[in-house]
Amino acid sequence: MGALLVLVILYMIFKIGNLVGLVKGKKDEEFSISWNNFNAYMMMAFMIFGLGGFFWYSFTYFNEYTLPEAASIHGVITDNLFWVTMWVTVVAFVIIFVVMFWFTFAYRYEKGRKAAFFADNHKLEILWTVVPAIVLALLVFKGLRVWNDITAPASKDAVVVEMVGQQWLWMARYPGSKDLTLGQHNFKLIDASNEFGLDLTDKNSFDDFKSLELHIPVDQEILLKIRAKDVLHSVFLPHFRVKMDAVPGVQTHFKFTATKTTDQMREELNNPKFNYEMACTEVCGRGHFSMKFPVVVDSQEDYQKWMKSQDSWLKMNPEYLKYVPAELKEAAMIKAGIPLDNLVPTVQTAAIK
Amino acid sequence: MATIDIQPHTATPHHDDHAHEHEDHGNFWTTYIFSEDHKVIAKQFLITGMAWALIGGVLSVLFRLQLGFPEANLSWLKPVLGGWLTPEGKIDPEFYLALVTMHGTIMVFFVLTAGLSGTFSNFLIPLQIGARDMASGFMNMLSYWFFFLSSAVMFVSLFISTGPAAGGWVIYPPLSALPQAISGSGLGMTLWLVSMALFIVSSLLGSINYITTVINMRITGMSFTKLPLTIWAFFLTAVIGILSFPVLFGAALLLIFDRSFGTSFYLSDIYIGGEALPNQGGSPILFQHLFWFLGHPEVYIVLLPALGITSEIIATNSRKPIFGYKAMVGSMLFITILSFVVWAHHMFVSGLNPFLGSIFTLLTLIIAVPSAVKIFNYVTTLWKGNIRFTPAMLFSIGLVSFFLTGGITGIFLGNSAVDIQLHDTYFVVAHFHLVMGSASFFGMMAGVYHWFPKMFGRMMDEKLGYLHFWMTFIGVYLVFFPMHYIGIAGFPRRYYSWTAFETFSGFADLNMLVSVAAIVTMAAQFVFLFNFIYNIFRGQLAPANPWNATTLEWTTPRLPGHGNWPGEIPTVYRWPYDYSKPGSKEDFIPQHIPYSETPESNFPHENDEIKLEMGRGAIVVEGAKH
Repeated sequence: MGALLVLVILYMIFKIGNLVGLVKGKKDEEFSISWNNFNAYMMMAFMIFGLGGFFWYSFTYFNEYTLPEAASIHGVITDNLFWVTMWVTVVAFVIIFVVMFWFTFAYRYEKGRKAAFFADNHKLEILWTVVPAIVLALLVFKGLRVWNDITAPASKDAVVVEMVGQQWLWMARYPGSKDLTLGQHNFKLIDASNEFGLDLTDKNSFDDFKSLELHIPVDQEILLKIRAKDVLHSVFLPHFRVKMDAVPGVQTHFKFTATKTTDQMREELNNPKFNYEMACTEVCGRGHFSMKFPVVVDSQEDYQKWMKSQDSWLKMNPEYLKYVPAELKEAAMIKAGIPLDNLVPTVQTAAIK
Repeated sequence: MATIDIQPHTATPHHDDHAHEHEDHGNFWTTYIFSEDHKVIAKQFLITGMAWALIGGVLSVLFRLQLGFPEANLSWLKPVLGGWLTPEGKIDPEFYLALVTMHGTIMVFFVLTAGLSGTFSNFLIPLQIGARDMASGFMNMLSYWFFFLSSAVMFVSLFISTGPAAGGWVIYPPLSALPQAISGSGLGMTLWLVSMALFIVSSLLGSINYITTVINMRITGMSFTKLPLTIWAFFLTAVIGILSFPVLFGAALLLIFDRSFGTSFYLSDIYIGGEALPNQGGSPILFQHLFWFLGHPEVYIVLLPALGITSEIIATNSRKPIFGYKAMVGSMLFITILSFVVWAHHMFVSGLNPFLGSIFTLLTLIIAVPSAVKIFNYVTTLWKGNIRFTPAMLFSIGLVSFFLTGGITGIFLGNSAVDIQLHDTYFVVAHFHLVMGSASFFGMMAGVYHWFPKMFGRMMDEKLGYLHFWMTFIGVYLVFFPMHYIGIAGFPRRYYSWTAFETFSGFADLNMLVSVAAIVTMAAQFVFLFNFIYNIFRGQLAPANPWNATTLEWTTPRLPGHGNWPGEIPTVYRWPYDYSKPGSKEDFIPQHIPYSETPESNFPHENDEIKLEMGRGAIVVEGAKH
């Protein structure tokens, strides 16, 4: 295509000898049939080279511009819908494209020919209103079925992980293996250490832990609860076909089931360095393009092992025990995995600044 | 044969008086600066729009340099960009976002809304419906000068030290509301909002005028069913503008309150810069609803005039009636209505209720039907034509090609389940740049080439036009087509660089190709610029009707003065698409030729019209007595 462009330019510059004539103010000749034909032939050339380039690139470089086969259940389905739509639209596109450019060529100006007076034809018009309507309806209904499945509420035993976006990094919070429930949070409690704004008066928060990697088990439903601390962000897991905005003040969520562990994916791609990644897809400022978060899909056993190896947030930040109400302190320490011999007195003032 | 004796060119006499009133020439200021003549105002919009297009284009070349040649040292741009270059000669990441933001804002609003609607609605509505001027010349003048003011404010914002707005042209809060989140959200954003508020005033003043003029000032015989499709398009565009721009105004106003007066319409639960903000209860998603309530109709505000212009040009240069006039009007009406109920397809993954997502998927894919009908009708208009490839015709065919290429990818994006993966990737960038950006830009170019002879009384050079077209047409495809692949590969948009990610490590070559194509395409616009400016002054004198077209503007003199027609305004007798009518000697019959003069080409029902033509004359005579 680039070469074609250069050729066109060269040819036209060659033919525009009369540019000089123009600058001298020479009069243009009458409507020029040879130039009209030139444009008609160019239209044909454009159609042939354009479509040729499109098909050549699409098939030759297929593996370069497509991501590996989706690593989630719904991803396989939406990919399928994508390619079905692709075939339907490419067929329509090629037909219309060819017909249109063929018409421009075939019906180029000829002296003395009179164009057809063809102002309307109801049958034709009804035909090309109804046919696209039916095709689109089929695509929509298939799409909506998929959409309803994807957006249906997650099952009760889904693994819940909270993703929190901020300028310009992600954090994951896990509910902890003791209660499997995320504790309450409040943005007014956020400070340099309490990055989640954990509300330590809620006993569910005691065993929550923070991770700088998203670990998820394979073949089990995951429910991402997503929020943002400052501006909009968006969770994008390209390999799982997952995307959902992170909105300050609103909790969003996305459920999916990963089907391939990181190891399986490395094997499939024959790339021992392969890693799943999470990116941000809602513009969020200077560091938007670098908000990478590593993602690991573990086998069930590895996941359990990893969960057990994580220390609760409270254990990592024991000074925050002072915000735990006195009557819950012992429970908190047990749940957080802190040895009971260093009890800290509770601060009576409200934790909320 | 009595019918033949009737004088067809009758009009109400007060048109005459009106014309004479305006014969006297004002001074330089009233003629060229604060003019109330719709044609001068149209040219003001056009030239301002072109200046903006250049600026918007240069900005895009700048960020394409970063994306195509991430390693390049741009220190040679230091004299222009100054502190926006890092010490290593790279574009600053925040300035990159500012470039993207301003490119979008400028192109969507200043070029394709004001530059397109402002130019051609102003120029063509009075000329094609047979009016001396707009309903209110004064409001029309105000409309331009509000636009000028708005332009000035936006232009100034490019040069302030904290930089122009940088949160994307959609200015989603909280990013756009908090200066601590990005420096462009300081003074730059304030100026953006002020500029847009002025812009909306300008747009509303214009739209009210267009609607009033089309409804009230059509010449005798110019019923709605005889309106050229251009006028239908401008009329419906103005309707969309009037209904949707005020919502953007509201959205902007609430954002101004949030930014400056401590309200919390869009802000809640924010911890930034080491402190929790006091705002609670607002919702950033509310802004998105308000923004896209304008933002989506805006796509059609940009596109419909271009479609109207090309309908006219394709019919004229195919020497054929536009196929399915009623279907074309119907689909535009349908698009107008539907354009208001599809906005949330921009928000499928914003946290929108999934049920709403389903509704908007359904409505969005419905809008593809009238769009498809329009494409089929264009193609059928070409069929069995006698096509003359004027530059205007080439650009019109280019528009149809872009509308098709870009429209088809809308079927992917409108389907919410498929959109999950494609949302905010380069697939979207490819989609809207083709279907709305390039298509509308080509409509605008087609319009300039086609109506230049009536605007300036001279001809543009056709061969330079061909060169301009082929470079731009192929260039645009080379810029935007590869972006589909980049998008399918998942590359997110508004990324300064993709090197942080393993997943997005490829495509350096394709991105380079895109950037080179963008620069070549940009260069091609200077061919146009030369052609345009040179021929305003030195072009060959134009005939009154250079394209043998049927609409009323071509019945005016070579360079119509204020008031448009020196004598009476011709009465309209027929629809605007009597090209190549069987039996007729010429391959076109202008709208002001009565059926009584063309017995050789009349269809049976048109012969019946001849009696009505007589009746129309009688009414005029009666009117003269008052």
